[in-house]
Order: sequence, then structure tokens, then C-alpha cells
Amino acid sequence: MDPFESIKQTFFQECDELLTDAEQGLLAMEAGDADGETINAVFRAVHSVKGGAGAFGLEDLIRFAHVFETVMDDLRSGKMELTDEVAKTLLRAFDVLADHVAAARDGGAVDEGRSAPILSEMKALIGGDGLDDDDLGGDEDFGFVPMTVAIEGDDAPAFDPPALDETPAAFEPLADLEPEPVSGARVWRIGFAPKSEMYAKANESGLVLRELARLGEMDVRLDADALPPLDQLSAETAYLHWTVLLTTEADEATIREVFEFVEDDCVLTIEPEDGQAAPPPPSSDLSDDALAAASADAPLDIAALLARVAGEAPTSEAVPEPVAEPEPAADLDVAALIAKAQAPIAPSAAAPAPKAEPIAKAAPPAGGGQAITPTATIRVDLDRVDRLINAVGELVIQQAMLSQQVMESGLARSSNVALGLEDLELLTREIQDSVMAIRAQPVKSVFQRMPRLAREVADMTGKRVKLVMEGEGTEVDKTVIERLTDPITHMLRNAIDHGLEDPEGRIAAGKPAEGVVRLRALHRGGRIVIELQDDGRGINRPRVRGIAVERGLISEDAVLSDEEIDNLIFQPGFSTAETISDISGRGVGMDVVRRSIQGLGGRITISSEPGKGSKFTMSLPLTLAVLDGMVVTAAEQTLVAPLSAIIESLTPRAEDVHFVGGKDAVIRIRETFVPLIDVGVALGFRETALPPGQGVAVLVESEGGGKAALLVEAIQGQRQVVIKSLEANYQQIDGIAAATILGDGRVALILDVDALVTTQHRRKPAPRAEKRMAG
Amino acid sequence: MSMIDTLSHTAGARRELIAFRIGDQEFCVDIMQVREIRGWTACTPLPRTPSYMKGVINLRGAVLPIVDLGARLGLATTEPTARHVIMVVSVGGRTLGLLVEAVSDIINMSDDMVQPTPDVACDQVKTFVKGLFAIDGRMVSLISLDRVLPETEAEAA
Repeated sequence: MDPFESIKQTFFQECDELLTDAEQGLLAMEAGDADGETINAVFRAVHSVKGGAGAFGLEDLIRFAHVFETVMDDLRSGKMELTDEVAKTLLRAFDVLADHVAAARDGGAVDEGRSAPILSEMKALIGGDGLDDDDLGGDEDFGFVPMTVAIEGDDAPAFDPPALDETPAAFEPLADLEPEPVSGARVWRIGFAPKSEMYAKANESGLVLRELARLGEMDVRLDADALPPLDQLSAETAYLHWTVLLTTEADEATIREVFEFVEDDCVLTIEPEDGQAAPPPPSSDLSDDALAAASADAPLDIAALLARVAGEAPTSEAVPEPVAEPEPAADLDVAALIAKAQAPIAPSAAAPAPKAEPIAKAAPPAGGGQAITPTATIRVDLDRVDRLINAVGELVIQQAMLSQQVMESGLARSSNVALGLEDLELLTREIQDSVMAIRAQPVKSVFQRMPRLAREVADMTGKRVKLVMEGEGTEVDKTVIERLTDPITHMLRNAIDHGLEDPEGRIAAGKPAEGVVRLRALHRGGRIVIELQDDGRGINRPRVRGIAVERGLISEDAVLSDEEIDNLIFQPGFSTAETISDISGRGVGMDVVRRSIQGLGGRITISSEPGKGSKFTMSLPLTLAVLDGMVVTAAEQTLVAPLSAIIESLTPRAEDVHFVGGKDAVIRIRETFVPLIDVGVALGFRETALPPGQGVAVLVESEGGGKAALLVEAIQGQRQVVIKSLEANYQQIDGIAAATILGDGRVALILDVDALVTTQHRRKPAPRAEKRMAG
Repeated sequence: MSMIDTLSHTAGARRELIAFRIGDQEFCVDIMQVREIRGWTACTPLPRTPSYMKGVINLRGAVLPIVDLGARLGLATTEPTARHVIMVVSVGGRTLGLLVEAVSDIINMSDDMVQPTPDVACDQVKTFVKGLFAIDGRMVSLISLDRVLPETEAEAA
């Protein structure tokens, strides 16, 4: 890949992390439990985003991030008070910031109609204070140039000399803004010697000095002695040092704070001038560090540099000098990076990869402190993981078969073979769990989109909502996660739009104006449970009932329990919103949510208390590769019915079975009649159904909501089965969802309950081929 | 690609075939298509399939459909016993099992030994038998497996 592109990708990956951090910080600020460090963290995150954006010339993003950063800066310096309003504005601004990042990544632009108002809102917060166009412009002009240079590997004279001239010019007028030194002020001597890493991280000494100028009156002297002749100048090397005499009331800590972002990447000395002891020239300080660095890195760097120089200046005289001069040597990493990035020029790019990395990753660590400790990860093709999972599935079956055969052979349980098999079984289980864990991912990736959604819906509906999330670390199979987003999104919208009252309504009901929606994930009984709970008005049962009657879903005199009424909202064609709002009334109802949950082998239930709120509970399998099934016998065949479709099982009494028309049987279960389907007949395994009163009826519910009773001879029990595709080597069969392999090594078919419940299926004639073969 | 095409393109080339018996007839397929040969194990029948589909078995974790090749070729339906064998073959990216009576021989032959199938009335013969040849006084039919599974038949129809 183009090295520039890959660095850019890294930047965007880190942007995601930074944005997540910033959002957490902002949420904490909104919740009112933010301390100075939280604000600092958000500031640093936004700053890092801006810095990286500068490197890639993402103008829109820079401009927005800059204003954002300025607000954060005012907050942390205490110039602005953190009010609820500010926090809310910032959260909305954050959404736009995230949009800007996304737009920069995917191309395209953020809707100005969204971006501009929030931008001016933030500017209004800052007032004219601290942010004018000059400031912004100046920032862009020289704030990020060095980074651009570093990456593109431009040649020599690019270390922009204008900075030399501009820097004093830029801060002097600002210094004037500052009132005259107040009594009690001290004079500090500050030695500031940036290393090239500082520039590589898109920091700019001019800005730092300008910031310093805000503290008081200062006198800056530039030490440009280290600047080599032009032909020996390395564009990415920091040659300039400054000595500042600052008259200020501020203490050392305050001064140090100015250097917060660059402290690790420069040599900084801060001493009271009255202490007489003249500070050592910064360059001598540098030597220690740099010497150490040089001894370690020099040979490789020189190789890289040589390779680079070879292309343009055949003379080698210039090269040894940096070796002797420890200071530039420390900076040659950058050259090594360039050599690496420009492989054609420097085929000898022996520059070690680990070295390139810190620079590629430079932007975010500039924030300092907030370093994200990465867990070591590798990227693996999903196919490979799936193959591994398959192989392990086979191992499990093979192991089960072997155990069964050993048992049947009559070996004693205490025999070595049997004991060894037990160990093997434990080991197999462990391998299976570990392999499944590879595909497992925390639900965080879904959850983290929700706060934003909640804010947007709340804005649109004029409601106030606080989203509380728990259990984001709960892990579930990747395929399940991917298909969780839509149902959760929809339910959250519903909860805010329909569940919560508006602030006035809440206050009238004696509740706090701000509604609370809780989104929670947890593991329970080998499944993942996701709960969404609101403290709103609860389900309006009379209204739900009224609508259901109106839509013809129930008859007017139907007697329904509260629970049954609540569940009506899952019926297709039911939508409680009186006015179809564009938030939750997009033609997708809760029936779609339920169908997608059931499609994942899950179930969704609701409990609601009028005036107190509703709670939706989804229970899903941890993986789609295994299925909880009920093993049944029908027409002497062993079949598996998905447990998620089963409501209950019962022994039908002959007097409960009735016939409608010719052959269609129905069974009375309590007060309702449901079709009774003989599985053996439905699948064509036998001609005539079991006589009434025999066998076991399994009451199932299809994804479409239709109920039916499946008549089988016997239930063998429940077990978890590994799903095997029939299509891989054969084709789809009507009425059969997939196959699995049972402990005895035999293949068992998994019933497709939906297909069985649909009446057309039962009326379908036998396949043509069979007739022809028979005839 | 059907076997007869391969044959016509490389006339005279040597190839190895696996011969097997169904009833009193002998058939063969290209050895390269055969993955393994295993003893008969009970199948799980599949619903709503033609009668020549015996069902599926577990082949080391994969679900393998089993075709009663005799029935498929229009001979009598096979009542499998422990002496019957399943030839695991791969056809068009799929793996399936063919129920046959016994594997009889490995034949080394050249393509020019193959005679075209005589014009006979039976559709199934036309569909599957791609040629005949005589070896040691026996007649062996070379068959193509491309259309053994029902859905390929449906596609062709």
C-alpha cells in the first residue's frame, strides 16, 4: 500500500479511538462528574485529531476541531464555566466533529447546514475571546507544515524559515494584549529546545511561544547556531533553540503547562532568573539524550541517510557530521522513515519497522498521559477462523462418537482408555470454547453508536434523555453483533420517542425532567441478554388494545392478559404512534424487530408498568454456529426443532383434536385452536398421521407470528447442536433448515419451523421426480 | 467439464478409471474424481427427495448426500447391505457419495479404446453413459457424474 495512505489509515483508526475517548469525557462532563483531568483528556483528544488532520490537510476538519479545541481550552483554563448548556453544545458539536472525521475518511463533506450552526454556537461560547481569524489562520499557516514535509519527504529547504520571522511577529501583538506586568511578578529564564519529534507531531514552537506570551511580558532570543549550511540542512531536523525571559506572576507549574504537549519532545529548562545561575544552553542538555539515542540508532540511520543522499549528493562528507553531532542524529529517525517510505530511492531501507511506527503513530501520543495501552492483536481472515471452527466442530463430534463406542465396547469406566477419553473431552471442550472466543467480540461496537442516536432522537422529539449503558464488554459472536445494530437502534428510538414523556409531562408525573434509558448487556445461561429499559409512561394498554381491534388483529371481545396486550405491539401491522413521526414510524414496526431477533435464534419479551416504564429483554444465542434444539422423533427419524421457536410441549388428548374439512387437524390448546401438523407426514416420511391422542405436540411460533402444534412421536431432550449446511453438498430442502451431527455420529435434520407452519407447504404435492421414478 | 469432452480433446491419452459393479453391470469413472471408498453406513433420509436419494451421512463432520447410483441409472433400487460400498466423489465443487455394490477394478486405458454409446432408447443411459469399452471380455460403461444430483437435472430440463 502507498505508505502515505497507510499512515492516513492509521490516523483514522486512531481518530476513532480518540473520538471514543472524547465522547466518554464529554458524557462525564454532561453527567457532572468531570474533573480537570477529564476536560484535559477531551482537549488532548480533540487536539490530537486536529494535529493529525493538519498533517493531511483536512481543512474542514481542522477548522472545526480548532474551534472545538478552543472551547475546551477555555474550559480547562477556567475562562469558561462548565454549564449544562455548554456540555450539551459540546456533545452536539462532537457529533459534527465525528461527521467531519467520517467525511474526511470516506471523502465527501459534512452538511454545512449541520456544521455551521454548531460552529457559530461554539464561537458564541468563546466570544471573540481567544479565537479570531488570525489566530486560526496563523495556526494553519505554520502549525502543520513540518508534518506534511516529514511524510512527503520533501527535500532540504522545506523547514520553513518563515517560522523564524513569523514567530516573534505573531506573539508580540498578543503580548501587548496582556496588561502590564503586575507586581509580584518574577522573571523566569526558559530554555526551549524542540526535538524534531515535536514537529513530527504537528506541534509548532511558534504557538508554544505565543501561548507563553499570554502569561506575561517576555523577551525571546533565538539561538540558531546549530543551523547548518543549506546544503547540509535536513528538512526534518530541529535546529533552533530559544531562550525566553518571561516576566509573569505565574508559577513554574503554570509555565510548564504551556509546554504540556511538547514536554516529552523538547529539552525544557525553567528557572527563576533571580536565581542568578544562568541556565545551561539548551543544546548541551540535549547532548545526553541525543548521545544515547545516537549510539543506538546511528548506524541504521546513517545507512538510511546515505541511501537517501546517494540519490542527490554524491558527496559523503556531509554525512559523517551528523554522527559526530549527536543532536541531529537523534532526528535522523525521520530520515530513516522517509528512506523507508521512498523505497525506490532507498532500496537499502534497512530502517527497522518498529522505528517507523512511533512516527506513524505520532499524532495521538502528542496528547501525552492518555496513552491507550494497546493489546497485541493480529488480523486474521475470517475464512480461516471459520475453517478452524469447522474443524473443531468435527473434533467435538468425533470425540463424542469415540466415547460412545468405548462405552459400548464394555470397557470399565476406570480403565485407562476411558480416563484418557475424559481428559480428551475436557480438552476438546476447552479448544471449542477458545475457538468460539476468537469470533466473539464485545458488544461495545454496537453500543457506542447509541449515545449519539439518543441525543439526535432527543433533539428531534424535544425530550431530555440520559442513556446509561452497562456491560459493553459482554462478548458475542461477530455475526450476531452485526445483526444486532438494527434492532437495538430501532428499540432505542422507540423508547425515547414513544416510551419517554416530554419534560413537562414528566414533571407533571412527578418524575425528573430528564428520562433515563438503560441499555444493558449480560451473559445468562449461555446466551447473551440485552435489556432496554426506560422510565417513561409504560405501555398504554387500553390504547394498544383499541388499535389492535381497529386493525383487526384481535376481536373486540377478546379477553387478553396484560402480557398478551403488551405483546400485541409485536404484531405485524401494528404501530402505536398516532402521528407517524420520522423517527420511529418509518414503516418498520416492532414486528420487524422481533423477526430479526428470531432470525438470530433469539426471543424478545416485554414487561411494562403504566407510569413507570417498559423493559424489553432480548435473549440471543452467543453464536450462530450452534443452536439450542429440542431433539424429537418423528416417523422413526431423529429431528431437531430450534428451541427458540418452541413455546411449550404437551400431550394432546384425543378429544382436543378436531378436523377441519377433510384432513386438516387442529388442536385446542386452552381456548385457542391451532393447526396440528404431523411432522412425519409433512415431511413425506409417512402417509398417515398419528392417530389422535398419540405422540407429543410441540407448540411452536413461526417468525411471522403464526402458531402451530407439531405432532411428533416423542421428545428425546434438549441439546446444543452444531449447524451444518445441507446446501454445501446438496441443496435446500423445503421444511428443513439445516442438518447437524448427533453424538452417535448420525446426521439429524433441523426443522424449518416457518416452512412447516405455512399451509402451502403441507399441501404441496410430492416432487415430480419421485413420481416419475416410481412410474 | 464432462468427461467425454476431456476424452475427445486428448485422444490417445492414458488414464486410470475405477470400475465398479451395480447388479450384473460394470461401470467406471475417472479415478481423479474419486476421493475415497468406504463401507456402507446407515443414512439419514431426506424428505421430499427422489427415491434414488438415499439420504445423508456424516463424513468427518461434513454432511454428505448419498445417491443410489443403480436407481439413478434406471436399474433396480439397491437394498444396501454391509457389503455395499460408498464411493465418495467430487463433482462440480460438491462432494457426494455413490452407493454401488462393489468396486471391481482399476483400469488403465487409453481414450481411443472408448466406443461411443450405441443408440439406445433409455434416457438415463443417454444422460449418464458417455462411452463403452471392452476389457478382458467384459463390457464397461464409462459414466459422467455431472448430472447425478437431482437439481442439475432440473436445471437441464
